Amino acid sequence: MRSAHIVLDGHVVAENLSLDFAGGRTTCLLGRSGVGKTSLLRHLAGLLPGTEAAGPVAYMAQRDLLLPWLSVLENVLLGYRLRRDGAARRAAEPRARALLAEVGLGARLQDLPHTLSGGMRQRAALARTLCEDRGIVLMDEPFGHLDAVTRLDLQDLAARLLQGRTVVMVTHDPLEALRLGHEIRVLSGMPFSVGPVIAPPGAVPRDPSDATLLALQARLIGELRSGA
Amino acid sequence: MRPLITALGLIAAWEALVWLTGLPPYILPPPSRVAVVLVQRFDLLVEQAAWTASEMLLGLALGLVLGATLAVIFAASAAWRRWALPLVIVSQAIPVIAIAPLLVLWLGYGMASKVAMAALVIFFPVVSSLYDGLRRTDPGWLELARTMNAPPRAVLLQIRLPAALPAFASGVRIAAAVAPIGAVIGEWVGASAGLGFLMTQSLARGQTPLAFAALTILCLLGLALYTAADRFARRLVPWQSHQGD
Repeated sequence: MRSAHIVLDGHVVAENLSLDFAGGRTTCLLGRSGVGKTSLLRHLAGLLPGTEAAGPVAYMAQRDLLLPWLSVLENVLLGYRLRRDGAARRAAEPRARALLAEVGLGARLQDLPHTLSGGMRQRAALARTLCEDRGIVLMDEPFGHLDAVTRLDLQDLAARLLQGRTVVMVTHDPLEALRLGHEIRVLSGMPFSVGPVIAPPGAVPRDPSDATLLALQARLIGELRSGA
Repeated sequence: MRPLITALGLIAAWEALVWLTGLPPYILPPPSRVAVVLVQRFDLLVEQAAWTASEMLLGLALGLVLGATLAVIFAASAAWRRWALPLVIVSQAIPVIAIAPLLVLWLGYGMASKVAMAALVIFFPVVSSLYDGLRRTDPGWLELARTMNAPPRAVLLQIRLPAALPAFASGVRIAAAVAPIGAVIGEWVGASAGLGFLMTQSLARGQTPLAFAALTILCLLGLALYTAADRFARRLVPWQSHQGD
């Protein structure tokens, strides 16, 4: 991303911002609520007025956004359905089934979303995001409203499935960033600036009880507090 | 169960009122007399009810199809919204009763004028409910579709239209509730058959109990139509009762 200006409702959220994201790795953008994380992600997705997507992206929002009238399988294949590409849809279906089996929904393919729990719905949304098979995956606090244990489970699952993809994930949870991010960058200020790359040691998903991780978490919380 | 007891109580009170005041049956017939007429003239009543029911159903079908089509066109085309939507809204300022004689003049005393009348009454709630639903699509869904490079047509048909079905379902319920009004007004103004026609005829001849019997059948007809529409509306949105949890 080069020299971006992000304006939201007349407020400048970020000025002359240039960011590089490591290919094939997960970058977590960490910041407090209201700092402009979501705006940055929407900028990358081409969802803000006057912006174009950086390329083909798969976008996962805070809400699962499953369509209530489509089965879980049809929801996962939504992109192909909307693009009206029958051949690609047929080609993608085995992958959709495999992805749903991987997220533990193999037995719920034909069920409607309202029959699923919150964690299951978010897993279906994850499968939909991955089924799109785009070069860049953008995730906006995808596990924000889940209970703590479900969130940890889903982070493990996401880390496994997102391996090798270029992922930009925004989050306000330092622990989530530390568990999933190959690289972490802290967003702070108004308009926000982006801190230097923090690359925690070890492979993702990292163990939440690891001492190094907890020390880093304390440091990140300190940074978030002072930056406000 | 309780509404039924209330209704029975009201009927009993009506019977008592007639008995106590000694009102003649051509002013207010007692329910017992209406029941007798209902049985005696059952064949005639069923025949006329079938006529009125056909008018209501055809009007409902026509109004739903026209209303839904127009709502989709308004949602899809900004030009139509600018040129025609204000007219649709203004057209509601014309009382349907006022144009009923014109419709009879143009379309005759037969079924066509009543079907047109019912369709006119139904048309507006259907357009406004579905158009409203089409405008209020969850922005999150639209953004998701955008990141998936969905063409606008697919977004309209695959996301906005199904998402508007709950709103359309309320429109269908209202339409079913007002359909009898259109049909019966048409029959009052000028008709050769139907329950409304039977009512005006029997009242003119002092056969008030028969008019009440026709009214009773009309109520049952309206109730049946509404129940059927409600069932249909529920089946349109099987997920809706679970939404928002």
